[in-house]
Amino acid sequence: MKAFLKYLVLGLGAVVFAYPFLWMIASSLKPEMEIGGFALWSPHLTLFNYEQVFTRIPIGRAFINSVIVSLTSTVSVVVFGSMVGYALARLRFAGRNVTYLVVLFTMTLPFQITLIPQYILIVKLGLTDTYLALIAPTAMTAFSIILFRQFFLHVPEALIDAARMDGCSDVRILFRIIWPLSRPVIITVSVLTFMTSWNEVLWPLIVVRDRSMMTMPQLVTLFTIGGEAESLLGLQLAAATLLALPVILAYSFFQRYFIESMASTGIKG
Amino acid sequence: MEQVTSVGNRKSSRRVKRRTGYWFVLPYAVFFGAFVAYPLVFSFVLLFHRWNVVTPMEWIGLKNFERLLSDPLFFKAILNTLKFLVIHIPLQLVVALGFALILNSRIRVRGFFRAIYFLPVIVSGVVVTILWQQLYAYDSGLLNRLLTFLGPGKVPWLIDSALAMPSVAFMATWKNVGIYIVLFLVGLQNIPLELYESARLDGATGFRQFLRITLPLLNPTIVVVVVLSTIGGFSLFIEPYVLTGGGPMQSTLSAVLYIYNQAFYFGHMGYAATLGFVFALLILGVVVLQRRFIEAESTT
Repeated sequence: MKAFLKYLVLGLGAVVFAYPFLWMIASSLKPEMEIGGFALWSPHLTLFNYEQVFTRIPIGRAFINSVIVSLTSTVSVVVFGSMVGYALARLRFAGRNVTYLVVLFTMTLPFQITLIPQYILIVKLGLTDTYLALIAPTAMTAFSIILFRQFFLHVPEALIDAARMDGCSDVRILFRIIWPLSRPVIITVSVLTFMTSWNEVLWPLIVVRDRSMMTMPQLVTLFTIGGEAESLLGLQLAAATLLALPVILAYSFFQRYFIESMASTGIKG
Repeated sequence: MEQVTSVGNRKSSRRVKRRTGYWFVLPYAVFFGAFVAYPLVFSFVLLFHRWNVVTPMEWIGLKNFERLLSDPLFFKAILNTLKFLVIHIPLQLVVALGFALILNSRIRVRGFFRAIYFLPVIVSGVVVTILWQQLYAYDSGLLNRLLTFLGPGKVPWLIDSALAMPSVAFMATWKNVGIYIVLFLVGLQNIPLELYESARLDGATGFRQFLRITLPLLNPTIVVVVVLSTIGGFSLFIEPYVLTGGGPMQSTLSAVLYIYNQAFYFGHMGYAATLGFVFALLILGVVVLQRRFIEAESTT
């Protein structure tokens, strides 16, 4: 009986969290007239809403922009983050502790304080409506540096010493010897960075005005609130589904990594 | 002889190590200078200026702060954030802990449930907000249809200014609770089983065990949930931006939405920077206080 109650609560929870997404996908395939209903199926399923989205906004282009921005950010955060993390964990140089403190300070800094001046910097550099404007401010993150440092502290000293004896440079040691051992932390940082970047919408709204340079969440946001899809629920849901689908697909394959990576953000607090 | 060369080698290798240290950190130093240090310094400059980016900056002393102290919308944004947090944090804690406790008992397909609860976490806030806008819709929204069917009738979720912010808080809880379920699960699994066994031998009931063992040992996780939720509350943007535009009657105007409006709708860069500065101080202050309070609570 107790077990039954447990499964009942868990099952209700599953409905509460999953049904809205299923409804969104189903409704995006229904004609406008039928969208109010609870049903996840209709005899009149149609791709009309999607056709409309593709003809009204450059969503394919926005998808490519988002992929470019998120991928570049992720590679940059992993490469530079691991370099700084390695230096902080394994190299001795004057100013190392100061650097570490600076990284910690950056991590606790609320973004509200740098938002406006960062925008002004982008304007001054003439970078509005460019990929660089979208990528540069997130090209390195303090959090990833901390994660890499923490992980590299536990790499056995003997391994690094042995490599040095063989005449390996630190660049080689980091990328050829330590990286292959660091899969868990590389995956965590990649998943977190990619997701944050893919879902980011405030910064693109600020530095990009040109439609052809917009990221996918930005374009979808402006599409739904900008009047173009006003009161056309099907179009809004189709655009939202297109935005959600890549992440949901990735999630269904690499679910474990997503959950573990996101759970590790708890360290941040 | 051999000893000498080896010492010499070590010395030179140390010097190389030092230099590589600098090379490895250099990109970050440049990044930090451009995107953290410079903006910070510039934000201090902006505090004392009026500027719309186009015309030259104008020094106005402390006028931005004077204006802030007599700006009803600034206080409204703080009040709205507090309203959000008062609902969001307890709801988040109770729901997350509840599901985590059930999932931590002997449950089959635990991974399946965990994966489902986590789904809203990974999906963009834009998607979640567009979706909930339709769930909350007054006339044809699914929630109101369900409530009409069950009896209570329609609820003006986003139309009533007293209800709009709680509705946003509810949606945000739905979106984020998955992370905290997982965090609590990790916390629960780290509690040594022997503790419960010895408590049972002492005759402690299940509820007493929960109060005396589970809750105190979950304290670090509770701190994380409270702190991250607070930062989240002060960072609300896309939710009110898409859902309500800050309305009705500014009841969902959030800190970041207000900064955004001042800067990019009215072009008041100096004032927007001042708002950002004050909100940032406020966040840090609240988070420090919360930590002290919760940590003190657990030691008594």
